[in-house]
Amino acid sequence: MTRFRYFLWGVVGVTAALFGLFAYQLSQPKDEFVESAMIGETIPAFDLPPAVEFRPGLSSANLADGKPKLLNVFASWCVPCRAEAPYLDELERRGAEIVAVAIRDRPQDVSAFLEIYGNPFSRIGSDEISAVQLSIGSSGVPETFVIDGSGVITYQHIGDIRAADVPMLLAKLQEAGA
Amino acid sequence: MIAEFGLVALWLAAALAGLQLLAGFLAARDGGSATAEGLALLVRPAAVVQALLCIASFLTLIYLFAVTDLSVKLVATSSHSDKPMIFKIAGAWGQHEGSMLLWVTVMAASGGLIALIERRLPERTMLATLAAQAFVGLGFYAFLLFSSNPFERLNPAPAEGAGLNPLLQDIGLAFHPPTLYFGYVGLSVAFSFVVGALLTRQVTPEFARVMRPWVLGAWIFLTIGITAGSYWAYYELGWGGWWFWDPVENASLMPWLAATALLHSASVLAARDALRAWTVMLGVVAFSMSMVGTFLVRSGILTSVHAFAVDPERGSFILALLTLYIGGALVLFALRANTVAEGERFSIMSREGALVINNVALSAILGIVLLGTLYPLLTEAFDVRVSVGPPYFNPVGAIFFLPMLAVLAVGPLLRWRKDSFARIKLPVAIVGAVFVAVLVLVLALADIGILPLLGLALSVAVAIASFQPMMGRSLRRLPLAVWGMVIAHFGVAVALFGMASDTAFQQERLVAANVGDVVEVGSWEARLDAVTPVSGPNWTAIEARMKLSYDGGAEREARPQARSFWSPPQETSEVALLTRWNGQLYVAIGNQAQDGRWQLRLWWKPFVTFIWYGGLLIALGGVLALIGRVATDVRRRVAAGKIAQRKAEEAS
Repeated sequence: MTRFRYFLWGVVGVTAALFGLFAYQLSQPKDEFVESAMIGETIPAFDLPPAVEFRPGLSSANLADGKPKLLNVFASWCVPCRAEAPYLDELERRGAEIVAVAIRDRPQDVSAFLEIYGNPFSRIGSDEISAVQLSIGSSGVPETFVIDGSGVITYQHIGDIRAADVPMLLAKLQEAGA
Repeated sequence: MIAEFGLVALWLAAALAGLQLLAGFLAARDGGSATAEGLALLVRPAAVVQALLCIASFLTLIYLFAVTDLSVKLVATSSHSDKPMIFKIAGAWGQHEGSMLLWVTVMAASGGLIALIERRLPERTMLATLAAQAFVGLGFYAFLLFSSNPFERLNPAPAEGAGLNPLLQDIGLAFHPPTLYFGYVGLSVAFSFVVGALLTRQVTPEFARVMRPWVLGAWIFLTIGITAGSYWAYYELGWGGWWFWDPVENASLMPWLAATALLHSASVLAARDALRAWTVMLGVVAFSMSMVGTFLVRSGILTSVHAFAVDPERGSFILALLTLYIGGALVLFALRANTVAEGERFSIMSREGALVINNVALSAILGIVLLGTLYPLLTEAFDVRVSVGPPYFNPVGAIFFLPMLAVLAVGPLLRWRKDSFARIKLPVAIVGAVFVAVLVLVLALADIGILPLLGLALSVAVAIASFQPMMGRSLRRLPLAVWGMVIAHFGVAVALFGMASDTAFQQERLVAANVGDVVEVGSWEARLDAVTPVSGPNWTAIEARMKLSYDGGAEREARPQARSFWSPPQETSEVALLTRWNGQLYVAIGNQAQDGRWQLRLWWKPFVTFIWYGGLLIALGGVLALIGRVATDVRRRVAAGKIAQRKAEEAS
């Protein structure tokens, strides 16, 4: 019975820690994004196969071809990615070149996703084990990177793109030399 | 005036809850003294009157919405005089304040009901239970009155209301959130019983029998709520999926998992006086999960597609309540651990043994869902943002879910206390053979993933196994509770079959079609006849007129719409669903492309409807069990009444 009692006090402790975490998170301002440690770093070398038939895959060489680009990390199973799709379309219409990495996805799912939510991407690489995602410092979907013409990350946007982020991303792209 | 009446009723109810807490606690503590007995007399009436006041307050709010009284802030911000009546009324609980009032009302009504009819437990335990119920209630009254007053006035009153989120303007809304709330509140009653039993050291089979109908009722409502919510997301969001592992969905699933475990554990306690600690623990966990769910949804701490009524201040309030109740209950349990003595012993090869495995598996799944839901929150504290989706939940959950189903198939065949495998060899062999046969058959005919494959085979095996407890017994004399179990277990198999079948065999077409084009998906042929604008009371829409036939059969019509609401402006997709016995065709219309063609999305989803039929069967099983239990209780009361009467006659 004493062991059971220790177990219960353990449960109390874990619960207290959990509530502490809740309280801490509640007190944190929601919209403050911390600058990524990857800014100013060159994209590590990679070469991803195409995620869909109708778009080529993506390699690090494509990101150093002289033209600044947006790199969108997404997945067809990710719900916020659906929410940001119209804004990616808008970015493309306003002249941004967007390439993408699809995370842990299947070709038929990706093409279905693009069919529904639009396809603003000129290249889509398939990252089945999140290797490239991790190497560029992305921890979730969706995320969007600004890459300058020489393959250096100049900005990292975490979470979905909202309406207000569109002009901001275009400005970041300008800064990167577009 | 009317709104003020509602507010006053609410304040009075809160005051009575305070009285109920104080009187109940003091009377339970110094039972026996004259003061204590006087105080004890107050407790039950306080609970009953409090319930009536809350109901009056809630009816007031419904009335304000029905007449669209725009001088009330809540009505002005969330309703509109042009809305159909049913949505005006549903609007009363379609936002945060109203839904909290509904919560409090249901809670008070349950408290009143217990006070009125429940006489099986020792009176001290009842007083402690009612005091605990009032304690929980008070927190919610405070929340409602101080941070979300539904009767707040607006001066000057606006000329027109600001409408209601059109995505939520659907008959699903009218019943989905209240259904879940009934479930959550039922679990709060179970929680109060647990606290009452712990305080007075009465964790007995009788306690389990008294608590069980409340758990069953809560579980039925949660089952219906989740089933309806899943179907609602399926046809309203237009994404063709029935479960997204979204935080809000998980928030409703977690209490259900805990309640399912609690239900089984309480049955063991009631029948065999075993699993006392499990039952107490699950009683606390089940209510915790309802509150954690409410907290996650209302505080906006997690991002979700269901972003509504988000407010960090309210989040802090709920968190404070959460800490008080859950923390308090856990500390109480830890202090009283030695009085919850070990119950009756049993061998692992017994009904109890199977139910323990079921409890462990359900708890593990609960832990997995909780971890997946909270993981983003945890990593965010270290400035790492992640999102957790189906690639985590599906396989990791399956590790426990699939073995649990195997136990579900065998467990009900076992006897209490101790049994031998030899006795149930034959039925187990039959189920095993069916499982292997289906597995081989599907493997030979179709190329599908491992999880749907196992799901299909298990669903057929469990479907057969679920009826085996009825073998060799007279159907007419079978207790209703056993019927309930059989049907609920069969429902699990049916739902699983739907999920596996839809995952494995769904076919999808996404096309840009001109008027007159024919699209094929599965055995369906769909012709787009026309695309026309239509309008409703507060929306306009583009509607596709389509003729469809299955396998060359009779033509059926479908009219999917892309709707635009104007107050507030928002677009929604009204999908058309063609249901056959063997599945559903899901048709949605999207935007017009630049070349004039229309985007059409068609999914053929074989047996997808079984998911919700299964959910309803599970709930039906619960209803039968509840009727059975309550009927037994009523019969006992009548018998006890007769015996008492005879004794009185003999004595006189």
